[in-house]
Amino acid sequence: MNAIVETGAVGKKYGRQWALRDCTLTIPAGKVVGLVGPNGAGKTTLLQLAAGLLTPTSGTITVLGGQPGTSPAQLAKVGFVAQDAPAYARLSVAAHLRMGDWLNPDWDGELAGHRIERLGLDPRQRAGSLSGGQRAQLALTIAVAKRPELILLDEPVASLDPLARREFLQSLMEVVAEHGTSVMLSSHLIADLERVCDYLVVLVASRVQLAGEVSELLASHHRLSGPRRDPGTLPANQEVIEASHTDRQSTLLIRSDGPVLDPAWTIRPVTMDDLVLAYMSRARDAETSRRPGLEVVR
Amino acid sequence: MIRFAWLQARTQTAAAVAVLAAAAVLAAVTGPRLLHFYDTVVATCGPHNDCASVTTTFLSSYRLLQVILQPTLLVLPALIGAFWGAPLVARELETGTFRLAWTQSVTRQRWLAVKFALAGLAGMAIAGLLSLILTWWFSSIDQVQLNRLTPGVFGVRGITPIGYAAFAFALGVTAGVLIRRTIPAMAATLVVFTGIRLAFSVWVEPYLIAPLRVTAALVMPTANGPAATPGASAIKAGDLVVSEQVINAAGRVIGANGGIGPNGEIGIQVTHGTPSLRGVGACPNKFPPLGGGLRGSGGQPPADFNAAVQECINRLGVREVVTYQPLSRYWPLQWDETLIFTGLAIVLAGLSFWQFRRRLT
Repeated sequence: MNAIVETGAVGKKYGRQWALRDCTLTIPAGKVVGLVGPNGAGKTTLLQLAAGLLTPTSGTITVLGGQPGTSPAQLAKVGFVAQDAPAYARLSVAAHLRMGDWLNPDWDGELAGHRIERLGLDPRQRAGSLSGGQRAQLALTIAVAKRPELILLDEPVASLDPLARREFLQSLMEVVAEHGTSVMLSSHLIADLERVCDYLVVLVASRVQLAGEVSELLASHHRLSGPRRDPGTLPANQEVIEASHTDRQSTLLIRSDGPVLDPAWTIRPVTMDDLVLAYMSRARDAETSRRPGLEVVR
Repeated sequence: MIRFAWLQARTQTAAAVAVLAAAAVLAAVTGPRLLHFYDTVVATCGPHNDCASVTTTFLSSYRLLQVILQPTLLVLPALIGAFWGAPLVARELETGTFRLAWTQSVTRQRWLAVKFALAGLAGMAIAGLLSLILTWWFSSIDQVQLNRLTPGVFGVRGITPIGYAAFAFALGVTAGVLIRRTIPAMAATLVVFTGIRLAFSVWVEPYLIAPLRVTAALVMPTANGPAATPGASAIKAGDLVVSEQVINAAGRVIGANGGIGPNGEIGIQVTHGTPSLRGVGACPNKFPPLGGGLRGSGGQPPADFNAAVQECINRLGVREVVTYQPLSRYWPLQWDETLIFTGLAIVLAGLSFWQFRRRLT
């Protein structure tokens, strides 16, 4: 499998604070990868490391076979749309495209022009007066027209209204369909990712909790409900991710290699939302139980 | 990258060119008349004319323009540092646009190198051109005032402004990289540049080449004011006097600027009928009887008393040591100053590149 992003215990420290620590993951090529996790999980840091904006404090990161940001050729292979899609407020849309043309050897001016036209942006308008959605589209246009192999997007739709959000993701999907570009985007809105991603990475406190093809993940996870019982009595190939019990009933979210055969269970499929939340809360519970709790002193 | 750096610098370049053009037009309109006035009237002023009043009239011509043009080169380097240097990196960091700029297919080292070189050289060129214009415009006035070596004038003529511009610009970039915020970086640039420039012109500039030294007798001030500078034959008009110290027979410094002691006065004290020079010692010579007191005709001490004081000064071996820079060293001093500031600029450039690599990843 050829990986687009591969990290080996990568870490980044700001002052004394670790923003990302011991993060190991492999992301296959040709996918639209959703990177989910709570705030502070290290999503932005990971994406900026991959874009070459940051250099790791420890560990290694390889993007498309090279060290991020180290050479013009490496930079040309990766398109980056930063959080809030920064743009030069005083430069026009056209000037931004000229910048793209001048700074990128493989710049596709025709593609950029078409996109701007289709989006209905006035090339003479200053970037400072664009709406958030328009600015995000401009940033995406610049990232796409440099014809990269991988586009990284950091919370691209977080600050957009629902309509702009849908339009943005739609145009992202068009790009993927047309050029077969690999995409990795972070978001904490699972609904958005559900629409576009075919690969999911759940990152909590720098650690990868879950990674895999969305279709496989959804097929291998089930929500079971039935009479109350101890989760420990389940077959060995069924891993409990989340369990909740009432007096008489148990509801479990399990991961299973094979089909669930026990007729006592009512089996329902899981949504991506269920999955992400289950893995995030499991990680959080593990984190809390690792800390020493309060003890009653007699 | 060069084209993009140019695109980003359009506004500031336009502003600088406008300033330069305004100065050029003003100078072109008024300069020839000023030079003509000098050539025809002031330079040819012979002993039978009233040269003093001619000179005064000449110096007061275009007074307003003089007042406007003189400080432009004083502030220009500081402005280049604050408005070109400081925002170069700081504004990108502040607005987040560095994430856009540094993810194009140009390494950030190259990005900084191109922007640094382009804006820095443009700043130096603008300072140099403005200095060329002003040096030409003020040439006749400087010829009359003979003050080209004084700190206020030395730094706004010739090639020194180029060095200041380079230094201020590099200082601004460094401040921007270290502080990461535009306005504080601009303020820091202005303060530090002004401080260094002032300190340098007072404490370093006169000593860039070891000043010449001349030792001569200390001459009493006359009724018409201070005595002529001693060693007047050595120090010519236009030379810059760096220091005037008064020393005693042993060579120890006992005063400055033609006076003795902290108050800088020459005082005679009479104790038990023996006159002594205050701060030095008893006078070996005899003084004339002071029948009418110290106040002679016209409220001044009598002439024979002054002669006795002068003799006392001479016989006690009190002399004056003057250090000075001759005007003939003008260009060597200009080169030294310019090269030092350009060198400082290169050091700061290295520092900013290093910090840029180290801190911003």
